[in-house]
Amino acid sequence: MTVLHAQMALFLKRLFRRRLVLLAALILSVLVISALLAHWVAPFDPSVMKLVRRLKPPSDVNWLGTDEFGRDILSRIIFGARASLGIGFLVVIFSMGIGTVLGLLAGYIKTLDAPIMRLADAMMALPDILLAIFLMAVLGPSAGNVVLALSIVYAPRVVRVVRASTLVVSALPFVEAARALGVSTFRILRVHILLNIASPILVQATFIFAYAVLAEAGLSFLGAGVPPEVPTWGTMIAAGQQYADDAFWVVLFPGLAIVMAALSLQLIGDGLRDMLDPKLRKAL
Amino acid sequence: MWDFFWRRLTGLIVVMALVATLVFFLTRLAPGDPAALMLGDQASAADIAALRAVYGLDQPLLVQFGLWLKEILKGNLGQSIFLQRPVTQALLERAEPTFFLALFSVLIAALIGIPAGIVSAVWRGRLVDQIVSALAMLSANIPSFWLGLLFIQFFAVKWHLFPVAGYGDPGAPLLERLRHLVLPATVLGLVNSALITRFTRASMLDILSEDFIRTARSKGLAEGVVVWRHAFGNALIPVITVVGLTAALLVGGAIVTETVFGLPGIGNLVVSAVLRRDYPVIQGALIVVAAIYVLINLAVDLIYAWVDPRVRAQ
Repeated sequence: MTVLHAQMALFLKRLFRRRLVLLAALILSVLVISALLAHWVAPFDPSVMKLVRRLKPPSDVNWLGTDEFGRDILSRIIFGARASLGIGFLVVIFSMGIGTVLGLLAGYIKTLDAPIMRLADAMMALPDILLAIFLMAVLGPSAGNVVLALSIVYAPRVVRVVRASTLVVSALPFVEAARALGVSTFRILRVHILLNIASPILVQATFIFAYAVLAEAGLSFLGAGVPPEVPTWGTMIAAGQQYADDAFWVVLFPGLAIVMAALSLQLIGDGLRDMLDPKLRKAL
Repeated sequence: MWDFFWRRLTGLIVVMALVATLVFFLTRLAPGDPAALMLGDQASAADIAALRAVYGLDQPLLVQFGLWLKEILKGNLGQSIFLQRPVTQALLERAEPTFFLALFSVLIAALIGIPAGIVSAVWRGRLVDQIVSALAMLSANIPSFWLGLLFIQFFAVKWHLFPVAGYGDPGAPLLERLRHLVLPATVLGLVNSALITRFTRASMLDILSEDFIRTARSKGLAEGVVVWRHAFGNALIPVITVVGLTAALLVGGAIVTETVFGLPGIGNLVVSAVLRRDYPVIQGALIVVAAIYVLINLAVDLIYAWVDPRVRAQ
């Protein structure tokens, strides 16, 4: 246990040696923690309307101003983080789940390779946001369906990464040795291969998290995502759009939240990749 | 070369057949009967049944799929439920803004991304490299619709430099219509320049570490000639690929931008079709966009194979 702790500490120390990655991790932690503790952190109730205070610019009462119903924008961004980051996180879990299983099968079992990969190719021939709004049209608007649609959209990317890594690892002698010893295919995939390809999967997960946060905002903005009454960063921008000429903060701050979240995730992903990919590490 | 071409072409046909299958069957999972949707709320059960028969909706699903596929191969994407016209016609009417938007965005993305990538590769690790990499990272993580709203606020509403939205009057001269594309194309170009920057940088770094670059330098060639003629000339091949891929991605990426700027393009058509559940339009648009995507990819592969013989052998 202590060895594992020490390894973990060393890992994080090396990851955070890059100050930009450390900064990204701090920003992301602030966003995640305030989302989790929204009830305590948010200065106001995000849904209480005060029409006398509508579209007020940032002040010492409402730090980021108020929206068209006089609701506090900072509080709505904090509560919006729950939906936006929550959806992003669930998309990561599901797309990783589907993608890892299919990628392992495609990479290890020759007969399944072509069917799975052609299906992934076909799905990737459709632009992400187009496939996502198509799926939303079929499924109907709800937060759960946004998770489902985006998980389907991003799963093929995971399949590609996992398959490529599986092909490399399964050609290594220890996998052959395991096979010769009569270890079952399931166990080889789970123990010998999956554990050895964990790092590219982890890197991909942070990138997909960033894409999903951006895509959720895009879908909600188009009206094909989360229902407008649920505060997410995307629905806030969509609703504030028509007031932007007079009250620009209504769209400015939710957008900044999206940029901060996506950028931090991307930076962390980059940091992880540079550290975990031995070939790149040598080159750097 | 021909062998390579045929292999790629069969791969493409398989992918397109799968796209069509996915699109057809996923649409059928959607709630609501297309015939009932077409006739509206007032329709009687008998009317709906009659229309179902006309469209073959009473046939088994596989038969319907076969009939639909046959029509698509003939170039018939069906009839829009709401627009009272064939889907192909609706798509063609909306093609111009999308085409120019995608074209200008790719040009802008390439004009930003290629020089930025070269500069940061040549001065690798220096301040300029770090600034370029940071900006590329930033631009890739800005939601295009939000950047669009910011641009509208500043360049159109405050400073009146460009129109706020739309595509000009239908009869307006081409130049006037293109003026409406400056802001959306800049937004889309900026957001998509990051990938080109990264690729150009990586590709230039690869080439700059080759032996022949050292030879060129030791011959006493000016650094500009080394970078420009010897390095960039060879780095260009992967750069062409990524520019091509960006073009293919932009066809879809244009959807959100068109909505922000109220451009009457294909993206706008798709969004309104989704909100109205106009399935034939959605299906048709998906198939056309996928076809454009795989064709651009094929073209990129062919250029690549033509320029680099090693690719053909794979």
